[in-house]
Amino acid sequence: MSQKLMLDARSIRKSFGSNEVLKGITLSIKKGQVLCLLGPSGSGKSTFLRCINHLETINGGRLYVDGELMGFEERGDAIYELKPKEVALQRSEIGMVFQRFNLFPHLTALQNVIEAPIGVLKISKDEATKTARELLAQVGLSDKADHYPSQLSGGQQQRVAIARALAMKPKLMLFDEPTSALDPELVGDVLDVMRKLADSGMTMIVVTHEIGFAREVADRVVFMDAGVVVEEGTPSQVIDNPQHERTKAFITSVL
Amino acid sequence: MTTQNPDDVVAVPLKHPWRWVSAVILLLLGGGFVWSLYASPNIVHATVIKYLFDPQVLGAAWLTVVLTIVSMTVGAILAIILAIMKLSHNPILKFIATLYIGFFRGTPLLLQVVFWGYLGLIYPKIILGIPFTDIIFHQWKTADLLPSVIAGILALSLNEAAYAAEIVRAGILSVDTGQGEAAKSLGMNSGYTLRRIVLPQAMRVIIPPMGNEFISMLKNTALLQVIAVMELYARTNQISAQNLAQVELLIVAGFWYLVMTTILSVPQNYLEKRYGKGFSANSTKFRLIRVRARGNV
Repeated sequence: MSQKLMLDARSIRKSFGSNEVLKGITLSIKKGQVLCLLGPSGSGKSTFLRCINHLETINGGRLYVDGELMGFEERGDAIYELKPKEVALQRSEIGMVFQRFNLFPHLTALQNVIEAPIGVLKISKDEATKTARELLAQVGLSDKADHYPSQLSGGQQQRVAIARALAMKPKLMLFDEPTSALDPELVGDVLDVMRKLADSGMTMIVVTHEIGFAREVADRVVFMDAGVVVEEGTPSQVIDNPQHERTKAFITSVL
Repeated sequence: MTTQNPDDVVAVPLKHPWRWVSAVILLLLGGGFVWSLYASPNIVHATVIKYLFDPQVLGAAWLTVVLTIVSMTVGAILAIILAIMKLSHNPILKFIATLYIGFFRGTPLLLQVVFWGYLGLIYPKIILGIPFTDIIFHQWKTADLLPSVIAGILALSLNEAAYAAEIVRAGILSVDTGQGEAAKSLGMNSGYTLRRIVLPQAMRVIIPPMGNEFISMLKNTALLQVIAVMELYARTNQISAQNLAQVELLIVAGFWYLVMTTILSVPQNYLEKRYGKGFSANSTKFRLIRVRARGNV
């Protein structure tokens, strides 16, 4: 059972100075599932996402991705920090999409997508380019391959960013409020790409305020507030029939 | 486009009389200066022209260019290393870089030039071995190891590294932290991220002040005169010491310094364009598209 879990987070704690942002988060998802994290800003959902690929180092708990402890190694009773090289290898298997896209502005869309496969996975340039063109077609941007990010709209940039993450053939995709920085009319294209990705069987964890997307695509929805998981379950349970007052208040406010 | 609208503003432009007055004053002053050079009985034009293309002068000008380029290259490489050291989490590396920058920025360049030039007087021999033991791998006479040209390059590049390190550090700090995070999330290690993602973007910020440094460096080579490196200033000085045509040879040196700084400014424009790619302000392709987009509206 446990090896079928893609993410297995056990009582994760994270503090910034004296401010405890995550107060023991326990969450797991199976391969192929889509999990949506909902919650008011400051609830710790983005921080939790960043802990999964070790962009933030956790202060307590254990976090396993595909059965592998992230950022650390267990030997006997003690745990040891991994070397940067080993952490980089773990990260290369987890894709991440950022709120502010974070495309490399000095590279074209195509170059953005092939950079890591060539530099990290050591794939030949021809092969990487071929895959990249397929991925750009998949996100509907075949004709923008030679454009720089500054020449693309926000929605187009975010779709290039998704293609860039997919080019590493990740086993898990993390989305950190992927549509929050977009003009309303551009949100749909990005959500369409994510929906298709979910249908193709990709395991995804999505921090979002798009309730409609969560209801339609998520297998499970988790509502977080003030560093704890308040409620979790299927979309119909959490979104349409919330049990906790805080969940009810939040759902009402964003709908 | 040129069709007249009834509500177009047709106004008499504001007059700017002071622009005209200041232009006339400037013209008089500038013209007077040029005339004074031309008409002065104390400047022999034939001497200026004679030494302008003198092989000795041209050779010295060439040496100045070589000194500048070599010192600048060595200085820039050291600067990148120092900047990375100063930004690193390793407290010892950080301390060494801070100390280095403090020392080489805190003492006059002239003093440093003299120090390297006369190193042989302080340390007649350079010994490679383990300190406080009798183990010696090899030893050299300092004068053999450090002819004045090498000492000069050492002085200029070590000093340049301290200044340029701060420019490189500013450039690296100017790159959005999200870039590093995106690179990390793709499994790139820190060295690769620096080389392929951060430095190419930092170059936009680094190049303009480095252009300044390049020009300063070219002029600072004149300081090597004090350790008898026969660069442009030293050579023209030496010639005028013999023929007593000081002013004429200063004009010759000044002319060539101006020519060289002007030529060396050209690569800067090229580099700025190259590293500005993808950043809207410098991207001509982007500008064309914007114009086209507007045209469609």
